[in-house]
Amino acid sequence: MTIFRELSQHILDIAENGVTAGATLLHIDIYEETPADRLTITVQDNGKGMDESMLRLVTSPWVTTRATRPVGLGIPFLKQAAEMCAGRFEIRSQVGKGTTVVAEFRRSHIDRPPLGDLAGTILCIIVGYPQVDVVYHHRVDAREFTLDTREIRAILGEEVPFSDPEVLHFLRHTLETGIGELYSQQAIVEEVSPVKKEDKE
Amino acid sequence: MKSLAELQKIKERALQRKRLGGQNARARIIVGMGTCGIAAGARDTMTAILKELEQRHIEDVIVTQTGCIGLCEYEPIVQVQVGSEELVTYGKIDTARVPELITKHIQGGEPVAEWIVK
Repeated sequence: MTIFRELSQHILDIAENGVTAGATLLHIDIYEETPADRLTITVQDNGKGMDESMLRLVTSPWVTTRATRPVGLGIPFLKQAAEMCAGRFEIRSQVGKGTTVVAEFRRSHIDRPPLGDLAGTILCIIVGYPQVDVVYHHRVDAREFTLDTREIRAILGEEVPFSDPEVLHFLRHTLETGIGELYSQQAIVEEVSPVKKEDKE
Repeated sequence: MKSLAELQKIKERALQRKRLGGQNARARIIVGMGTCGIAAGARDTMTAILKELEQRHIEDVIVTQTGCIGLCEYEPIVQVQVGSEELVTYGKIDTARVPELITKHIQGGEPVAEWIVK
């Protein structure tokens, strides 16, 4: 049983947990590896974190920190999705430092949900949480795409919001193009010009 | 990235328009993005709202996301506040309802009574 059709919905859900935990910076990292047949999603926040007892409880479907706010409700579903796809799930947290969620899937597994509307999802996270900076880093084998809202914010300043229509257009276009290029004619382009990039982390 | 130089121009144009129109956020839209909301399609509702604002060049609206507000059975939930008027809570706002909601409440200033949940 699952409640989300797309892995990007899981990403949005984990991001929402981080924001609710007071995060001001979210790192969203997707790594797709063809040789290892692996897809790894990592979401790291700098929110208030959880202690050990909360961390143990959080992978149980019934945990809430407040009755009206089922924070962490989606975590067991991501764990289940990863484990169903010969993958692995890990959650690390430190009080005062933040939480890191890692979900790994066998990329070709028949039950692996598609990543889905990633561009739309990242756009929602960027615009919908204006107080939070987002570093989106997506690698497909040797190709990579990074969008860091701190760079964008530095240019826009405080007066021009991310929800300005021209900024929306810029963000959507940047995300759609950048993500699209990770997959387009992959084999051909890599043969012609092998991409060599430094790991940015 | 489409180039940060282009972003600089976008900023200048936006500030120019602000100086001319003296625009402040006229309305705000809040989309429920808890687990319940996402499961009910809130992500697609949110992207549809952003697309309408982009295509209709609506500049004076701030769109944010919030967690579960305890009305899970009405998700996707969208809240709209125009100016200093009362915050209106709408239920079951799927992508098909978004254009009408923007036209009537954001652009027309009239809430859509039949979709209000409280």
